[in-house]
Amino acid sequence: MTVMSYIEAINRAMKEEMRRDDDVFLLGEDVGKRGGVFRASEGLYEEFGEARVIDTPLAESAIVGVGIGASMYGMKPIAEIQFVDFILPAVNQIISEAAKMRYRSNNDWSCPITIRAPYGGGVHGALYHSQSLEALFASQPGLKIVMPSSPKDALGLLKAAIRDPDPVLYFEHKKAYRLLKEDIPDEEVLIEIGKANTVREGDDLTVITYGLCVEFSKKAAEKLATQGYEVELVDLRTVYPLDEQAIIEAAKKTGKVLLITEDNKEGSIISEVSAIIAEHCLFDLDAPIFRLAAPNVPAMPYAPPLEKAFMVSEDKVYEKMLEVAQY
Amino acid sequence: MSEKNQILTDRQLLDMFYYMLLARRSDERMWLLNRSGKIPFVVSCQGQEAMQVASSFALAKGVDYTAPYYRDVGVVLTMGMTVKELFLQAFAKAEDPNSGGRQMPGHFGHRKLNMLSGSSPVTTQVPHAVGMALALKMKQQPAVSFVTLGEGSSNQGDFHEGLNFASVHDLPVIVMVENNQYAISCGIEQQVNCAKISDRALGYGIHGETVDGNDPVAVYTAVKAARERALNGEGPSLIEAVGYRLTPHSSDDNDLTYRTKEEVNAAKEKDGLIIFRQQLKKQGILTDELESGYESKIKALIDEATTYADEAPYADEQTLFDGVYHQ
Repeated sequence: MTVMSYIEAINRAMKEEMRRDDDVFLLGEDVGKRGGVFRASEGLYEEFGEARVIDTPLAESAIVGVGIGASMYGMKPIAEIQFVDFILPAVNQIISEAAKMRYRSNNDWSCPITIRAPYGGGVHGALYHSQSLEALFASQPGLKIVMPSSPKDALGLLKAAIRDPDPVLYFEHKKAYRLLKEDIPDEEVLIEIGKANTVREGDDLTVITYGLCVEFSKKAAEKLATQGYEVELVDLRTVYPLDEQAIIEAAKKTGKVLLITEDNKEGSIISEVSAIIAEHCLFDLDAPIFRLAAPNVPAMPYAPPLEKAFMVSEDKVYEKMLEVAQY
Repeated sequence: MSEKNQILTDRQLLDMFYYMLLARRSDERMWLLNRSGKIPFVVSCQGQEAMQVASSFALAKGVDYTAPYYRDVGVVLTMGMTVKELFLQAFAKAEDPNSGGRQMPGHFGHRKLNMLSGSSPVTTQVPHAVGMALALKMKQQPAVSFVTLGEGSSNQGDFHEGLNFASVHDLPVIVMVENNQYAISCGIEQQVNCAKISDRALGYGIHGETVDGNDPVAVYTAVKAARERALNGEGPSLIEAVGYRLTPHSSDDNDLTYRTKEEVNAAKEKDGLIIFRQQLKKQGILTDELESGYESKIKALIDEATTYADEAPYADEQTLFDGVYHQ
C-alpha cells in the first residue's frame, strides 16, 4: 500500500498502461515537457519521450480528431483536454465521430480513445474553469463517461478506460487532485466500467452521487450518523451508461432518495437517475425524490461568496440529508 | 500531355480510363434508380472522376489509408470496392460493407481496404486522416494517409486544425481538395476570397499546389510526388484539384435555381472523362474496340450489381441494437 493523491493515481494509471502497452500514448496541450498544467503527466515525457507524450497545437477538435484517427489504426490514445470547459470545440468529433464510429460502420471500425478532462469547481476557476459538462455527453449511446470519486477509483477507472475498446470520457475533479489522498494497493487496480459502487451502507436514506460530491456525502453521512440516521451511499462511478440495477436496488432499500450533483440541476445526470427511480420504484418510496445540485445559473462565478453560494458542499449535503431523513 | 505521359505506361492510362468510366456509369445508373423510385438518394461523382481515380492510382493499395468524402465513387472503386458493394450501399442492404445500410449512400468506409468510415458533418475526416498518419509515423510504417474534401469544406475548423497539426508533426498525409466550384448552391466566390484553395498551404508551412482536376496525369503526378515527400518525412501536402460538379448537389437538389444550363454545358466541354478519352484515342492508346469492350464489361457488372443489391435483404430489425459498444 502506498498513500497517493487523486492526481498521483491518474499519473500512475497512465504510466502503468504506457509501460504495459506500446500503443498507448498521450496527446494534449502542455502534457509533454511541462507535464500538464496540473502536472497529471509529470515524468511521462522523460520516461516515454516526445513521440508518445505529444504536446499538440492549441486546438481541441484536432486533439480529439487526431486521437480518433490514430485509434482507428489500433493505437490507444489518451487525449487530454486541459479543462472540460474547453471541450466544446471538440464536441462534433466526440458526438458525431467517436460515439458513432462503431455503429455507423456496422462494427467494422472502432474508436478506443480515452478523453481525459478536469472538471468541477471550488478552485476559484470562475465560469470557464469550473464547469461540469458530463450531461452534455450523457445521452449519446456509443460513449461511456466515468467520473472517479477517490484516488483508488481514479487509478482503476482510468486503467479500465484506456483498455476499453470504445471511446471513454474520463472526467477528473480538479479540486480532488490534491485534496483526496488514500492508501492504494501496489498491485494492479482495475475497476469495471458500468458498475456503481456502494460506498457506505445504511437503512434510513439513500444518497446517489458521483465525483467529488461522494467525498462531501461520506463526511456528511458520518455526521448524520451521530443524529441516528444511517445513509446508504452509492457512487455511480460511470455516469453513462448508468448502472440501472444498482440505482433501483439502492432506492428500494431505504425508500428515501437524495440525488446529488455539482452540475446545474436541470437536465443533469441525476435527472436521469431520478427518472429511472420514478419508473421502477414508485411503490417502494416513502418520500419524493430529492435533488441537490448547483442552481440554474450559467456557471460558477469567481468572487468567493458567489462561488461558495453556487458550489455543493459538505454542509449543504448534510442539511439536505437531514431534511430527507426527517421527511 | 505527351511529356507527362512518360511517367505512366499505356496499360496504366487505360486502367485509369476504365475506372473513370466505371465510376461515371455507376453514378449514372444510380440516378436512373433514384428517378425510377428504387433508391431514395444519390450524391454524385460526375465531373470529378478524373481527379478521384488519378489520385487513387498514385497511392499504394492495401498499404496506404484513405478517408474519402461523399462524392468519391472514383476513389473507392479504384481502392478496391467492388461494383456490387457500391450498389449494396446505394440500396442500403445488410451486406453493404460500408455500414450495413445504416448510413446514407456516399458515406464510405471499408476496413479491409484501409478506408476510414466517414460521416455527414463535413471535414471531420481531416483530423482522422492526420491521426492515421500519426499512427503510421509512430509505427514507422512506409505508408501515407490520403483524405479528400470539397472546397466549401476547406472553411471548416477541422481543415485548419488538421493541417496545422500535420504540419507541426511532419505527418505523412495528403489532403486533396476536390474543388468542384459549388458548395450546394454557393459558388466559390461565396466560399473563399483567396485566388486558390492551395494558397492556404502557405499558412501551414506545407507544400500546396493547384492542378487541373480534369487532367488525370496532372493529378496523378501531383499526388505521386506528395506521397514521395510524405514517405521521405517531408510532411503533408495540400493539393487542390479544380473541376466542376456536373450534376446537382444531390438527387434532392435543383441546380438550375442557382446556375444556368449554359454554364453546365460549358463545363461538360471540359469534362475530364471526355477529354481523356479523346487524348487516349488520338494517341492510339484507346481504340474503339477497347472502349466498347470496357462499356459492355461495365454494363454487365453494373447490371449484375443492381440486380444483386436490389434483391439482397435489408438488415434484420433485431440488428438495430448491434454495434453500439463492443460485444
